Amino acid sequence: MKNLKSRLFVSDSRLSDLITAHPSLLSLLTRLGISLGFGDRSIADVCEASGVDTDFFLLICNVHTFNNYVPSTAAILGTDMTGLVPYLEKSHKYYVDKRLPHIERHLDAIAKQLQGRIGQVFISFFQQYKQEVLTHFSHEERDVFPHIRALMNGERDTTYSIGEFLHTHSDIEGKLDDLLNIIFKYLPPQVDDDNVLDVVYDILRLSEDLKKHTIIEEKIMVPLVKHLENAILS
Amino acid sequence: MKQRLLIVEPSELIIEGLKSILDGQIRFKVLEPEMTAEHLTERLVGSRPDIMLVNPTLIDNVAHLRGENPLAVVALVYQYVERDVLKQYDAVVDIRDSRAVIIETLAQASPGESETGKSNYELTKRETAVLVQLAQGKTNKEIADALNVSVHTVISHRKNITHKTGIKSVAGLTVYAMLNNLIDESSLL
Repeated sequence: MKNLKSRLFVSDSRLSDLITAHPSLLSLLTRLGISLGFGDRSIADVCEASGVDTDFFLLICNVHTFNNYVPSTAAILGTDMTGLVPYLEKSHKYYVDKRLPHIERHLDAIAKQLQGRIGQVFISFFQQYKQEVLTHFSHEERDVFPHIRALMNGERDTTYSIGEFLHTHSDIEGKLDDLLNIIFKYLPPQVDDDNVLDVVYDILRLSEDLKKHTIIEEKIMVPLVKHLENAILS
Repeated sequence: MKQRLLIVEPSELIIEGLKSILDGQIRFKVLEPEMTAEHLTERLVGSRPDIMLVNPTLIDNVAHLRGENPLAVVALVYQYVERDVLKQYDAVVDIRDSRAVIIETLAQASPGESETGKSNYELTKRETAVLVQLAQGKTNKEIADALNVSVHTVISHRKNITHKTGIKSVAGLTVYAMLNNLIDESSLL
């Protein structure tokens, strides 16, 4: 994409303009440590007032918004990355504490309208998926994040390497697509459409957000860790 | 509708043998055979076969040849062929197979197995049978044995099921099977 560079967000844009153009960034603000009520101030001003590194904020927002944007290693290394692990942890918490329970409540309401054991099988499909997500997240929290923290402190941590992460980094959105297909194509007509629409929107949103989360890990976290690992080992 | 069958085989003797087995079959229309792979790509566009029965020594990359065409590619073997090569095919016909087995293998591999009048997105009887076994927790091998088909055929049915329903995981397919009353509660493990 030729004009991508000119479309990337910069620090003197108004934060509100950014959100108006890309409303999905709204859910990122809290995770990045910025509260609403920022008025008409520029991105740089809001970040400074909230104690968030402006370059880091822009990097996350740009990767989140522009699928074709791959930040250069120089751009990643030139940015203060102390906020990365806290951001990823907050994202996990947001999915686990907010989004998944929300979807589960809707699915429970749908399951109650299904006859016999179908409701049970339906809900247990979601619970299996949820368990996979939790396992995936806890692996990152237990192995990957401490590894990154250690590297950032200049510690030589040889018990784990990001290569292992890449090896086990599985696609956690696949089952969500299955769930979507089941819900809007195959549920019997007696299920209330309002429940169905609510949950379909929620699942689409979560699926989209998880995809971005994976992209941020692959385009920012992995190159950063690879560089730190090499720098410390050599 | 008749399945359009293209034989790709260098031996005239084998071609004539297959033709005599298949000519009397109402299910197949045997197209003009190809004796080399040279013009296959053009033939796929020109003759639109539903099934291609191919000598694997003539072709390196089945997926490449198949491209976007919704056709079944069946291997025709009369010598030892490596397992990895055969994996690329939807089914395997051995020239030592009986007439009935050859016909049955081709019939099951054919993509347009559905009953007439139904849309292409509805599962065929065979696909439904595979789905039911999947939902019961059976492996590809167990399903192949139960339905008396090859593992290749089971895999190709599974691909079609996923393509039609949009559901990839076995757990998701189980929910689908229940919602469509294909299995009842007692048959779940």
